[in-house]
Amino acid sequence: METKFDRRSFLRVSGTALSVGALYTVFPALTRSAGAAGITRTLAELNGEAPAPFSFIQLSDTHVGFNGPPDPLGTKAFASAVATINGLKNRPDLVIVTGDLTHDADSPDEHAKRFRLFKEIAGKIGGAQLKVVPGENDAGLDGGDMFREFMGPTHYSFDHRGVHFIALDNVSAGRPVVGAQQIAWMKSDLARFPKTAPIIVFTHRPLFDLKPEWDWSTKDGDDVMNALAPYENVTVLYGHIHRENFRQTGTTKMYAARSLIFAFPDPATALAKKPLPFDKAHPFKGLGIRRVNGKADGSELQIEEVELAMAEFSGTVGMDQMIKHGNADARDE
Amino acid sequence: MKTSTLNKIVNTILLAGVCEIGLIGVPPMINLTLANENPKVIEITAKKFEFTPNEITLKRGQSVILRLTSTDRVHGFFSKALKFDTDIPTGKTTDVAITPDIVGDFTIICDHYCGTGHGDMKMKAIVVE
Repeated sequence: METKFDRRSFLRVSGTALSVGALYTVFPALTRSAGAAGITRTLAELNGEAPAPFSFIQLSDTHVGFNGPPDPLGTKAFASAVATINGLKNRPDLVIVTGDLTHDADSPDEHAKRFRLFKEIAGKIGGAQLKVVPGENDAGLDGGDMFREFMGPTHYSFDHRGVHFIALDNVSAGRPVVGAQQIAWMKSDLARFPKTAPIIVFTHRPLFDLKPEWDWSTKDGDDVMNALAPYENVTVLYGHIHRENFRQTGTTKMYAARSLIFAFPDPATALAKKPLPFDKAHPFKGLGIRRVNGKADGSELQIEEVELAMAEFSGTVGMDQMIKHGNADARDE
Repeated sequence: MKTSTLNKIVNTILLAGVCEIGLIGVPPMINLTLANENPKVIEITAKKFEFTPNEITLKRGQSVILRLTSTDRVHGFFSKALKFDTDIPTGKTTDVAITPDIVGDFTIICDHYCGTGHGDMKMKAIVVE
């Protein structure tokens, strides 16, 4: 069974309340005249009336080293994301990054510099563990050697606050595959858990054929999904497509994150996979980060998309964005 | 030899190749039923980050062999719609035999990551009646 959207699910899409919260926390002046209903809930959250015992952040596709027409600001969105995270009242203690930490470079020395810069910027996130998986830009040419040198293994698992996390590598083979060996490892890793255990898989590429002609797929994604199918509470978080997307297969829910460099168009309507042009008036349009909140047992997670703001671009534009999201949130609820 | 018999032989050989190659981890050559005994051969060269030619026209129901070579490094050659998926290593030719069964414009991509311009490495196959 495939479902495009299901709000009454294990991992509920809850709109954009946090986007206002993030702006409020980091840029308090922006909220003074924003009167949308969603803001009330956000303020309640910020005041500690609805504390989340478990939360983490997903960043994706920071592409450190990229600087071109679709995003002449380079790493500024990434830096803004770090500032946003550090400004949250309820600080996350875990940050995951779903690939393409760096933008590939022809020279290994230049690529190494980009890894160092990624670590320098990410290192400014206070008080949180950083867990990453590679994208093809990080690991597609050298089998993941440089990624391992700077960031550690390309696949692994760990437990955090009652949730089991699995980091899957579907890029370092050069082709978009996970591979039989890694799938066998994943099955073995999962074998000790009951079928109801909350499991979050994070990886770079979609594990299904989202748009194969745009290279948005994983060839053996079905094998991964079949291995996950017996487990009832599985969420997959991924990147690569530089835009939000939700897909449900069986009980497994899969969410793509926005990037921190440039957005791709809607594959359902766009003729070509070309980055959306940079909008000087809305420099972070289509970019953002994601926070996942929930109970410690993982039974009621919420995904919230967090907007970015930047002092020199906020002003009226920032306010307009905030009001828009507040209204959207009110409709969702 | 009848076409159907030839097809069986070709498919058997290809299937054996798929199994054997699959064991050593190289992507298999896909498909392929030949509808005519003397298929046209279309040569396609791959290099970072382009295919030459970057557009070919095929006829539905008419078999062709796409003869692939790479001049710099391994590239991919993939179209889900046209049902082939192979790598193009250097130093040899790779044949993909296809008989398109649908009409339309289809994108063929390199799906073996090959560098910063990889995302733009693609070509078009136009299948006409």
